[in-house]
Amino acid sequence: MNFGFSDEQDTIRETLSRMLGDHATLEVAHNRLDGAEGFDTATWSALADGGWLGLAMSEAEGGSGMGAVELAILAEEIGRCLAAVPYLPVLCMAVPALQSAGTQGQRTSLLPGIAKGRTIIATALAEGGGLAPDTVSAKVVQDRLSGQKAPVTFGAEATHALVAATDEEDTPRLYLADLSASGVTIGALDPIDRTRPAARIDFDNAPVELLPGSDPAAIQRMLDGAAVLAAFEQIGLAERALALTTAYAGERHAFGRPIGGFQAVKHRLADMFAKIELARSNAFFGAWALASGDSRLPEAAAVARLTALDAVQFTTEESIQLHGGIGFTWAADPHLFLRRGWQLKAELGPADMWRERLLGHLATPLRAAS
Amino acid sequence: MDFSDSPEEATFRADARSWLDANAALRDGSEKAQDHFMARDADEVARARDWQARKAEAGWAGLTWPRAFGGRDATPIEQVIWNQEEGRYAVPPNAFLIGIGLVGPTVMIHGTEAQKAAVLPRALTGEDIWCQLFSEPAAGSDLAGIRTRARRDGDDWVISGQKVWTSGAHYSSHGILLARTDPQVPKHKGLTMFLVDMSDPAIETRPIRQISGGASFNEVFIDDLRVPDSARLGGESEGWKVALTTLMNERFSISVGRASGGARAEELIALATRVERNGRPAIEDGEVRARISDFVARQRGLEFTSYRVMTSLSRGEAPGEEGSIGKLLLGKLRQEMAAFGMELAGTAAGISAKAGDDAARWRNEYLTAPGNRIAGGSDEIQRTIIGERILGLPPDIRVDKSAPFSDL
Ligand SMILES: Cc1cc2nc3c(=O)[nH]c(=O)nc-3n(C[C@H](O)[C@H](O)[C@H](O)COP(=O)(O)OP(=O)(O)OC[C@H]3O[C@@H](n4cnc5c(N)ncnc54)[C@H](O)[C@@H]3O)c2cc1C
Repeated sequence: MNFGFSDEQDTIRETLSRMLGDHATLEVAHNRLDGAEGFDTATWSALADGGWLGLAMSEAEGGSGMGAVELAILAEEIGRCLAAVPYLPVLCMAVPALQSAGTQGQRTSLLPGIAKGRTIIATALAEGGGLAPDTVSAKVVQDRLSGQKAPVTFGAEATHALVAATDEEDTPRLYLADLSASGVTIGALDPIDRTRPAARIDFDNAPVELLPGSDPAAIQRMLDGAAVLAAFEQIGLAERALALTTAYAGERHAFGRPIGGFQAVKHRLADMFAKIELARSNAFFGAWALASGDSRLPEAAAVARLTALDAVQFTTEESIQLHGGIGFTWAADPHLFLRRGWQLKAELGPADMWRERLLGHLATPLRAAS
Repeated sequence: MDFSDSPEEATFRADARSWLDANAALRDGSEKAQDHFMARDADEVARARDWQARKAEAGWAGLTWPRAFGGRDATPIEQVIWNQEEGRYAVPPNAFLIGIGLVGPTVMIHGTEAQKAAVLPRALTGEDIWCQLFSEPAAGSDLAGIRTRARRDGDDWVISGQKVWTSGAHYSSHGILLARTDPQVPKHKGLTMFLVDMSDPAIETRPIRQISGGASFNEVFIDDLRVPDSARLGGESEGWKVALTTLMNERFSISVGRASGGARAEELIALATRVERNGRPAIEDGEVRARISDFVARQRGLEFTSYRVMTSLSRGEAPGEEGSIGKLLLGKLRQEMAAFGMELAGTAAGISAKAGDDAARWRNEYLTAPGNRIAGGSDEIQRTIIGERILGLPPDIRVDKSAPFSDL
């Protein structure tokens, strides 16, 4: 048993953190809020040039053959700097789905482009309400898809979408859609976090291609993996929010001393720290379960997600509080983290959904029981 | 990152399991909820001693202690594996946590060769049971404010004062006692640590009843207890440094040893499956599902946190302030789970119909849990430790830090 990172993994983190620190500054994130285009293509290209987009692809696929733990490190570092890049749909969902459920032809035609940063595959699962495979109403008949998907993160920036839709037997499957094809209409939405642009996509008899290995269980597995990796992004952003709040509490004086010397402030920062570390421990287990293919992945993903959601919400709300008036301003940093936190909640579903995922494994699934 | 056993760990686990299989019965769920920290009565102490002696003889006691002191030189991870395995069997409560987890490591670092020889082997086999004589009526969180005095008298020391909340003092043979030897200097500077024999007639122990109804801690009156200078542990006036070693190990053994202590969220699932709420099985109720799944998530997080701490220890890092995280989160989780168990079990009020029923079991858990948030450094003190030593925030104002104790 070993619950830490290897030396090589630590080196990967340092390299990534330096590279992202150069490109994805908080100023870049602020610019997105002020109207700049959502997608930070400079950072995405830098990730591609560094070989990071092919991180979890085999060498034959154009990648460097690393695994889920290294992907988790990337997610955490992206969370820390709030980079505006589609790593979650592309690297954490589309790539694993293609690898496990796609055809050789699909992999050969798409993976190299992903590694180079040219092909961007959004994941179109949600239809307003839920994310779970059994809530899907989009439908494919004779390789033609009709239905509406929203929100689709980076939907307007993507070249392709991986769409959850039912087949002719009403079984939810995953399909690949070329977003430049006829029958595809894309409209922008207004997300809380504009570093994660979102879109609504209407498919009207649009041509799609089935990922033959996909079924409801495969979709759920893809979501589990994404939840684990997103937990690392959540931890990264919460940790940065804590760090900047801790620094502020050391500098800002009131009543003749730094506010961090007052227990009401100090103890709240300690609570943030404890919640983040608890979430990190669960995320570590999740990363291991994902990397090793352990059968406890659904449970690991759910607990990682639940504690990460809690840590992020508490940390980002209290970060604003402990900054006082300046924390309530548009120009200050704390709300950037709060926004990303809510965005991540929206992208992979709220706590309820993951509580059911957890209890479905540990106790009786609610639907079956009632 | 690897959650599975390495080949050596798998061998260790298999060895542990086969020894346990041959020497104990698996738990069958009918056991009373137990606080592994404490034995309840003389009979339980006797069974605990017997179990400890058998473990020691077979090499399963004091696992992480060096071989030179009778331990197994096991890694902290192997200690976790042992705890996991032993936890599956119906074994007596562990009355030796203070001796093996706190006093042993303190003596190894600060003790003389003679003290090591006298203390360590007998602590390991359970022949000696140790208690921790630190807290006093006027000094708990502010431990350095203790008033129990030790005065030099020729080659001896004479100790007088009162200790309180001393867990297990009533069945302990020995105690590690912090006393003030020099009141003329600031409070942290005039302390000295001693190892004392609890059977000395100058020591009187009176059990104190707790909110749970049991009496696992005591008040201890010390009236002119005479001990030789060889009972001094560490240097004269260096008691605070020695105490910090003990406290660090205490926090650590609480957060690691007890990550699986207390009730488990799985028990709440079982309970919610048995009882009804709003006319249907409670487990089908939305609020019940939300609460229980959050408990599971937090409980798992605490377990994995203890494994992370073990990993850094196995890499040779000293037990640090991370112990505070587990210590801080565990008590509150246990209290919330127990409260929810009570709500599920009874007509909300915890009314028990017969001994051992669900209401009685959760009530007992609920009335035991608050102690977790106080003992071993309260929640508030853990937050201050995290804030100041991990996050590096400015220290609390401590007005009495530099004045001589006699002027306070
Ligand atoms: C079940 C149990 C077993 C115990 N076993 C032992 C034992 O074996 N040996 C032993 O020596 N002691 C033992 N103790 C004592 C324990 O260590 C003390 O009770 C604990 O340290 C708190 O001290 P106190 O009781 O004096 O409370 P106080 O220190 O008076 O605290 C009262 C309240 O004030 C808060 N507080 C105090 N100082 C601060 C501060 N600076 N900032 C913010 N809040 C503060 C505390 O958190 C607490 O909520 C045990 C206690 C319990 C409950």
